Amino acid sequence: MIDHLPVLLVVLPILGGAVPLVVSLLHERAGWAVATLTVAGQVALAGLLAWTVETSGTVSYEVGGFAAPYGIELVVDGLSAAVALLVAVVALGVLAYARHAGPRSNSFYSLYLLLVAGLTGMSVTGDVFNLYVFLEITGLAAYGLVASGDEAKSAVAALKYLIIGTVGASLYLLGVGYLLAATGTLNMADLAGKLGSMAAYDSTLVLTAFGLMVGGLTVKVALFPLHTWQPDAYANAPDTVSAFISALVSTVSAYALARLLFSVFTVEFLSAVPIARWALLGLACVSVVTGSALAVSQSSVQRMLAYSSVSQFGLVVAGFTVGTPMAVVGASVHLLGHAVMKGGLFAATGVIERKTGATTLNGYAGMGSRVPVTAGAFSVLALAMVGVPPAIGFVGKWFIVFGAVKAEIWPVVVVLLASTLLTLAYFARLVERLYFAEATIHADEQADATADVPADATVADGSGRAVSTGMVAVVVAAAVLAVALTAAVPAFEQVLNETLPQLLTQ
Amino acid sequence: MLGLLDSHYNYVAVMLLLGIGLYMLVESRNLVKKVIGMNVFQTGIFLFFITLAFRAGGNPPIIEDGGGPYVSPLPHVLILTAIVVGVSLTAVALALLIRIYTEYGTLDEDKLKQLYYD
Repeated sequence: MIDHLPVLLVVLPILGGAVPLVVSLLHERAGWAVATLTVAGQVALAGLLAWTVETSGTVSYEVGGFAAPYGIELVVDGLSAAVALLVAVVALGVLAYARHAGPRSNSFYSLYLLLVAGLTGMSVTGDVFNLYVFLEITGLAAYGLVASGDEAKSAVAALKYLIIGTVGASLYLLGVGYLLAATGTLNMADLAGKLGSMAAYDSTLVLTAFGLMVGGLTVKVALFPLHTWQPDAYANAPDTVSAFISALVSTVSAYALARLLFSVFTVEFLSAVPIARWALLGLACVSVVTGSALAVSQSSVQRMLAYSSVSQFGLVVAGFTVGTPMAVVGASVHLLGHAVMKGGLFAATGVIERKTGATTLNGYAGMGSRVPVTAGAFSVLALAMVGVPPAIGFVGKWFIVFGAVKAEIWPVVVVLLASTLLTLAYFARLVERLYFAEATIHADEQADATADVPADATVADGSGRAVSTGMVAVVVAAAVLAVALTAAVPAFEQVLNETLPQLLTQ
Repeated sequence: MLGLLDSHYNYVAVMLLLGIGLYMLVESRNLVKKVIGMNVFQTGIFLFFITLAFRAGGNPPIIEDGGGPYVSPLPHVLILTAIVVGVSLTAVALALLIRIYTEYGTLDEDKLKQLYYD
């Protein structure tokens, strides 16, 4: 069984996802229990897989027993094991949040598990077409989850997400077609060997394939100017879904982008075709600056956090594109760290909104004393995102900047340093409001506003206004992790060094 | 130019489908037509893959007495998968459209925008 770990990791949530729909015939509220059991198993499997990779190196698996370049291969190295583990752990954390925050229908948990399956599949696959299939599974589940909100707006946001996301994935598929035409293979390792020898790096065919595939994935990552689906989707989805999607969907897409850069096109391609590298660096830097500027101009806290993701993913992609070992480690650390921090921040906005009704920057004024624990965790996460040591946000950014300095790409260094200031600009403002401003929403006013809903009642659809200990605990756990993960960085760097030698010892 | 049309007409069709699909997606104000445009765009990609598999004088890839050369079976298999994905996406999109129509009573993009931002 242990030999089949990589494929079990994908099969388990798919099978688990079918269960709640069947159980619906007997019981209406069994979804949460089924999902929790499945995801707990998922955490165990992903942990076991990560441990195997750490002790005995890269694991590869031939699905159905078809030999590698012809059949589909799953390849798990240090980076993919870390992403798969992150997906499982965050999914479990968000379930603890969803217990009380809802939605509670069985079909919601089916979609939830389908999304876990898609994300895990994206992180373990070693085949470019298989990656497309998992990209679409992820997409389909994410569109459904965004639309699961009660408000009419969530359907509109989901449709916008669907149309833009489908175009992105289709462009990626078109790129796969160009690669297939150039080399006749779809296996990532095989492609890496054949590109450059069978088809020159700077041939039109390969360049077009690169442009289409990277372009398609940047839509999913939500880099400026392809981010337009993202703030609507994050802000209009239910809180549970915003926390889950903001933590994982763009993260795993950015991981896929890195996989494409390093395992398919390889670093040699980037150095042989400087224009491709500069184009991607340019896009990333524009994304960093514009994302921050848009974040500063928002009044809704959730939209601000969404635009902050645009900027942070610019940073991650810039780190990967710089391509020096240090920058790549930094980008990987920031990728994982950002997932924990952003998921925690969205979860915190949900708690604060339920407790106080505050959703905007002005509404947050003076809330530090109303919701002390959540506000404290929120501030820790915000400062971690800015990059205050010893939080994980600091380590990631430090490595990326150091890598860029070593590669002597000065414009990028300037943008990266400026990005820290810009991040401070929107988060410091918020933390200052939380603690040092006169409250604009008062407890008694709010009591009137929600008088028709008893404090601990749950509305028929399951979105109760009350806050459970579990929800606060998730936010606090994210804040603790955002600092504690720093201790794991040396071990992570070690594993990356061992399993990605072609990448890190140039 | 005409020679190209004669020898590469499949690729011309691919480009036309991609272009028309993308144009409908961007320009049409009706959301249903946007979804149709999305389908046309994907069909262009399907045709592109199938064209890749072609080889002059190739037989169907079934090993029999006749022997090769065979057309490549791989793109056909890939596109079968992609068609399934496309159908599921259309289904989800139409379900969302039904919900939007019951909530807002319109599928016109401009009217929807006004209602959406109120």
